[in-house]
Amino acid sequence: MDWGFIAKYAPLYAVAAQVTLFVSLWGIVAAMLVGLVVALVIHAKVPVMRQVASAYVELSRNTPLLVQLFFLYFGLPKVGVTLPAEACAIIGIAFLGGSYMSEALRGGLESVAAVQEESALVLGMAPGQSFVHVVLPQALVAAVPALVANVIFLIKESSVVSGIALADLMYLTKDLIGLYYDTSEALLMLVIAYAIILIPVSVAGTVLERRLDHGRG
Amino acid sequence: MSGATPMLELRGLRKSFGDEVVLDGIDLSVASGEVLVVLGPSGCGKSTLLRCAVGLEPLDSGEVLVDGNLISATARDASLRQRVGMVFQSYDLFPNRTVLGNVTLSPMVVQHRSRSDAEEQAHSLLDRVGLWDKRDSYPSTLSGGQRQRVAICRALAMRPEVLLLDEVTAALDPEMVREVLDVVIDLADGGLTMMIVTHEMRFAEAVADRVVMLDQGHIAETSDDPPAFFRDPATPRARAFLSTFDYRRRSGRASGSLTKE
Amino acid sequence: MGGAEILFQGETISRLLSGLMVTIRISLVSVAISIPVGVVVGIAMSSRHLLVRAVLRAILEFVRVMPQLVLLYVVFFGSATAFGLDLSGEAASVIVFSLWGAAELGDLVRGALASIPPIQYDSAYVLGLSRMQTFVHIILPQALARLMPPTMNLVSRMVKTTSLCMLIGVVELIRVGQQIIDFNRFQYPTGALWVYLAIFVMYFLVCWPLSIASRRLERRWAA
Repeated sequence: MDWGFIAKYAPLYAVAAQVTLFVSLWGIVAAMLVGLVVALVIHAKVPVMRQVASAYVELSRNTPLLVQLFFLYFGLPKVGVTLPAEACAIIGIAFLGGSYMSEALRGGLESVAAVQEESALVLGMAPGQSFVHVVLPQALVAAVPALVANVIFLIKESSVVSGIALADLMYLTKDLIGLYYDTSEALLMLVIAYAIILIPVSVAGTVLERRLDHGRG
Repeated sequence: MSGATPMLELRGLRKSFGDEVVLDGIDLSVASGEVLVVLGPSGCGKSTLLRCAVGLEPLDSGEVLVDGNLISATARDASLRQRVGMVFQSYDLFPNRTVLGNVTLSPMVVQHRSRSDAEEQAHSLLDRVGLWDKRDSYPSTLSGGQRQRVAICRALAMRPEVLLLDEVTAALDPEMVREVLDVVIDLADGGLTMMIVTHEMRFAEAVADRVVMLDQGHIAETSDDPPAFFRDPATPRARAFLSTFDYRRRSGRASGSLTKE
Repeated sequence: MGGAEILFQGETISRLLSGLMVTIRISLVSVAISIPVGVVVGIAMSSRHLLVRAVLRAILEFVRVMPQLVLLYVVFFGSATAFGLDLSGEAASVIVFSLWGAAELGDLVRGALASIPPIQYDSAYVLGLSRMQTFVHIILPQALARLMPPTMNLVSRMVKTTSLCMLIGVVELIRVGQQIIDFNRFQYPTGALWVYLAIFVMYFLVCWPLSIASRRLERRWAA
């Protein structure tokens, strides 16, 4: 190991990690919003919209993020829609993540027993009140494990944004390997950088899960 | 009872699921302060009757009146649901809220009462069932009997004019049945109008002003004298039903054996 | 918005299909290796040996927590430095995806074994079966049946993930697409749009039926 190399280039990894985090974070936020809308449309069985939402979920889940990104970044400019790479990355992650988030939320909604809604109704609540005060809070708690898994999944998936020339952790690593051949050092820093990002998310998810779960049933 | 307007009146309720007719024209009324117990074998339509009365199931035909006011029972009518309370068999407390949160939620959300008002009322209700100490506990930490007592408080917090109880002790261990049923008898003494579905025959006899036996979607027998009904039912159908709670003493050791070839 | 003709000229479609075959080949080989390895790993993870469990868990967690692209880099670029091996991109891909698949399946097998209710062991015991007989005849078949849907799901994820291979130089579906775009850049300036759209559709047509099958099976076992 060349520790001098590691010391010298560690700051570059910090900068690259910010790129990874930037596109992941905004992509995840957008994915949550998309997921919530899609889950509600499908759960409430809104006619027509529901079919559109289901078609989106299938398309998004069954195609690779890299192809989605290439289409956005290389394909769309050919018809006059030119977006910066960061925007493509965030849109791509939101497009992919939206379906995963919606499935997680839908799972949460379905896990709430029908008698919970009935109890709220016989207590005089309107269907909307019952959804907001009784069903949704429970559904969100039930969905936390799946939502956290999706957050981790999307941060991992964001590693492919190097494919559209964003200077994230993967891009930097490949650059350093190509320039200096200090392969082991570059790879070690890459692995450590992802561990530093992902392990706290995973731990925080577990803690959140425990804090929220008042033991159902 | 004659002359006064019934608190809850069901007229010609009909309900089927697919081809199966569950309620075939039920006429029933509960006077103010009266406790009506509905008995019958499983599948006779008791639970459906309660669910229809509270508006959870749309009716095929028939009418529900509360205190003489016709309620469009085909819709999930909010005014009906606020005047008629119901407690289910399963522990259906909201698991993400504390005991106090369960009892105060709907008064605050539906009736827009202040938090202090709702909590004051919850205090007196929970005190009455001996659970004020548990106000900050989550349902998962309570026993089944405790949960069911909280569920009753939660329903009463809406100040319903009629309370429906659907086999509230069916999922409980025997020793917990007692603590719940004592609460119900206490409510009956306090003059609360109730319609109760139960399998606890001794309890039914103790609490009922009137007993109705339901069979295959029809009322098979009605009695204003519960002790007499349980001692000597008038109809063969009711007699057969009540006899299912008795066991024949075995007569002796059989000579054959299942394990011998 | 012309340019769709690029898809129907010359050998575009047949070349894309041959790229797709590389994608599918890598996926299938990796899954074929993952299944037996995953079953063994899953059984080992249900072992009573604390050390065996701890070591396996550490390896599996590492494989599962790292992005697959990081693993590809580590194996592809790292193998030369560490072992002096000159792995082809495809070989590196198969190694990484097999490892990843085995880790995923291992955890599924462990979960499936743990989910068999204890009463199953008890009933086998009172019927006089030995521990080994119980495992082979009662427990394992039930566990494996539950694994069908997630395995189909894994194949579909595998196919999607092989898109990463192009980033370490494997000439698969996307790379073939890029070659076609480059080659026709003057004749069909809007080619990128159509070729990437075609690739998008091709991935969808392979992965979608697998997802549907997986869901159907899941519902069947659930019923």
